Amino acid sequence: MNRYSSWKYIVIIFLIGLGLLFALPNIYGKDPSLQISAARSAEISELTEFQVSAALEEAAITHKGISLGISNLTIRFNDEETQLRAQSIVKESLGRNYVVALNLAPATPDWLIKFGAEPMSLGLDLRGGVHFLMEVDMEAAIEKAEDRYISDLRSFLREKKVRYKTITHNKTGGLLIRFKDDTEYNKGQSLLADNFDDLDVESESSEDEFSLIAVIREEVLLETQRLALQQNITTLRKRVNELGVAEPVIQRQGLKRVVVQLPGVQDTARAKAILGATATLEFRLVDEEHEPQEAVDGRPPAGSKLYYERNGLPILLKKQIMLTGDSIINAASGFDTLTGGPDVTITLDGKGAKKMSRGTRDNVGKRLAVVFIEYKMETIKQDGDIIKEKEIVEEVINAAVIQEQLGKRFHITGLDSSEEAKNLALLLRAGALAAPIYIIEERTVGPSLGQDNIDKGFDSVVIGFVLVLIFMAIYYKVFGLIADIALSLNLVLIIAMLSLLQATLTLPGIAGIVLTVGMAVDANVLIFERIREEIRNGNTPQASIHAGYEKAFSTIADANITTLIAALMLFSFGTGPIQGFAVTLSLGIISSMFTAIMVSRGLVNLIYGGKNLNKLII
Amino acid sequence: MGNMNIKFNFMRMRVITTIMSVLLLIASIASLSYQGLNLGIDFTGGTLVEVGYPEAVDLDKIRESFIDSEFSNTSVQYFGTANEILIRIPPQRGLNSADISSNLLNLLSANDLNVEMRRVEFVGPQVGDELKEDGGLAMLYALLCIMVYVAFRFQMRFSVGAVAALIHDVVITLGFFSIMHFNFDLTILAALLAVIGYSLNDTIVVFDRVRENFRKVRDKTPVDVFNISLNQTLSRTLMTSFTTLLVLIALFFLGGEIIHGFSIALIFGVLIGTYSSIYIASPVTLALGIKKEDLMPVKKEGLDLENQP
Repeated sequence: MNRYSSWKYIVIIFLIGLGLLFALPNIYGKDPSLQISAARSAEISELTEFQVSAALEEAAITHKGISLGISNLTIRFNDEETQLRAQSIVKESLGRNYVVALNLAPATPDWLIKFGAEPMSLGLDLRGGVHFLMEVDMEAAIEKAEDRYISDLRSFLREKKVRYKTITHNKTGGLLIRFKDDTEYNKGQSLLADNFDDLDVESESSEDEFSLIAVIREEVLLETQRLALQQNITTLRKRVNELGVAEPVIQRQGLKRVVVQLPGVQDTARAKAILGATATLEFRLVDEEHEPQEAVDGRPPAGSKLYYERNGLPILLKKQIMLTGDSIINAASGFDTLTGGPDVTITLDGKGAKKMSRGTRDNVGKRLAVVFIEYKMETIKQDGDIIKEKEIVEEVINAAVIQEQLGKRFHITGLDSSEEAKNLALLLRAGALAAPIYIIEERTVGPSLGQDNIDKGFDSVVIGFVLVLIFMAIYYKVFGLIADIALSLNLVLIIAMLSLLQATLTLPGIAGIVLTVGMAVDANVLIFERIREEIRNGNTPQASIHAGYEKAFSTIADANITTLIAALMLFSFGTGPIQGFAVTLSLGIISSMFTAIMVSRGLVNLIYGGKNLNKLII
Repeated sequence: MGNMNIKFNFMRMRVITTIMSVLLLIASIASLSYQGLNLGIDFTGGTLVEVGYPEAVDLDKIRESFIDSEFSNTSVQYFGTANEILIRIPPQRGLNSADISSNLLNLLSANDLNVEMRRVEFVGPQVGDELKEDGGLAMLYALLCIMVYVAFRFQMRFSVGAVAALIHDVVITLGFFSIMHFNFDLTILAALLAVIGYSLNDTIVVFDRVRENFRKVRDKTPVDVFNISLNQTLSRTLMTSFTTLLVLIALFFLGGEIIHGFSIALIFGVLIGTYSSIYIASPVTLALGIKKEDLMPVKKEGLDLENQP
């Protein structure tokens, strides 16, 4: 009686072996390291490796090894101080074409890596860093799309010689196209229906009004939103690369949100400014024929628009845009050789360069203005309603006389500080966002708090765990020790599964582990109490063990499945930290079923099975 | 045939405990509707900044430095020790949300260079509203799914009893947070859901035994069956609550300030959950008129024939 067949032991040993293997890398921890990746045209090769190691040698910095990956180079150090010192040296030696980011590289030995075993990664609350949840302003994305259709429709109708009066945004949605008369209206309607599949066209005519309303089709609109989100993610990725962050997470969440996680970033103000910035540039000619005062008084001349310079002076610019920020392929900050002030050197793509040279050729001697445009949004709650307040800041940062025909490369001045020049250059390089994006949630954890959290979390797990172990051993004697072994293996298995899933360990995750430890004992308590009961009822020790395990099983299963339901609900409705808690709780429940029932039974059978027992100490 | 002694007559006290629970529920609901929960920024939106200093700081000085700034109506308090302070800034007009924390840190470091940023949390109002909704939904769906599962595995009356106990636990734990005016944030919500899981675990263990005894025991009243089952599972109930409390207390004392609310909610929840599995789930099921016949396994016709050799 109470014997396990050998295949059951083989399964148990196999699973525990796997558990130990995958939990092992966590013991080795992580080394502070530098991760070097190429930006723009540069490439990572043996040459880079050589250059870096030579630079470090010269500065007498010792490292624990350099490893060349597919697209990056990792250098490990003994401590963070060396890491920081090395960063500045490597940066200097490699120049601007490489991104040198601080990182933590797993110190897992090679033989473990071959098995695919890797340590858990630590969440931002444990290692420090920034978490942003950003929302794309879809209304603005749609408005932009409508703007495109307006200009398409204008040129199309002009080309087809259909005489329209105006094409504008309709107040209740869609585009309003007003025609001169009935015949033009009919011509326009049939042409639009044939040539613009993306638009739903409806009549909006009254007696003396001949107009159409064109609405962008639902599926096209959805596609527009999807593209806007995708393009924004691409841009954010480029910007994060420029910031130099190792292992950033940039993920879509739902239809209009993006999660950005930047581990180890300390200058959060800059990260925020760069990520959320919607700044772009426009180049427009200055209207020299009219006085700005006319526009200030409320009579802007046709074809011109009123702007303000940074010093507050009004200036009139032509409505027609010579060039937008989209044509910029590279931008570098520096200092103006003449004035010594900060400047940004801009390189245009072929199309942009042509536009620029055509635009400036005929206007030498006139002034060209550089307009800096930034969208700002504020979300506030007022009387229970959420109101978005948008503000577009348009400033003329510089209006200089065109000395000669401009081409592919030129530079702009008029910036306040070199910091601003640096940020503007970065933004222009990384490209503009397809639609404005706003930070709607931020969680930043400083590095010292992260370490604190690790220490405290670790302490509480260990102490709580040891207390439970001691208590069980005292209360249930030999069986208590068996439960202790099962419980310890349970902890190993949870860690192994978390490492295998490459889950991120967070503080709520640690809390989940602690709670699981407390609750995992429950299965063993149920079994042991049942065995005691059977013995009290006068059954033999062997029969009691057997009955105890048998009878407790359905109770354990029911109890754990219901808890699992609660954990699943937590996972599906929760976000980040809550999900981490739910994952550890669920994994803990599953592995505790295995350890508390199978492993403990295996041990009990090994000790007592098949023996002639008179008494059972429990 | 088993130990059918009734050492503690739990069910005799059920009138008194029901009155007690009803009073607690009324007090909780009154407090919740009168002063509500002290919701954290996770739900209300706003900004929270935790900073640390190398030595103890004077809160009044910090408050003074805020007087003429955009942060005049912020709350400043110690967090754990006198070296650390927590600053809460409600969502307000005219402040660009993304700039708040940077401005605040600039202001603080202008007064004392040694200030160190430990944590910044900013939650926009739209996120807060969603969380409130999602949290409520998670709770509701969890209760529904559990009810269906218990009805399927046991019987409808048990299902009502179990869910009544869970609602009891959630409302009283919420009431506890409302009365004590503790900060209610996302981690507390997670704790509350864990409490649901725990309390349910306890209830199911008791119900399992009740079901077993109903099938096994003859000539006993349902009240006796519940009493017997509660006595049989008592030592297990106490043991598990004790070990769980052991780790929670370790978490409370060693887990740091951030996890304080979470462990308090769980400690309170485990206590109330243990109580409710005895004094809410069982009496409610009894009151609904559970009988032996409700739990006898349905005899499948033809089953015996198939098993004949």
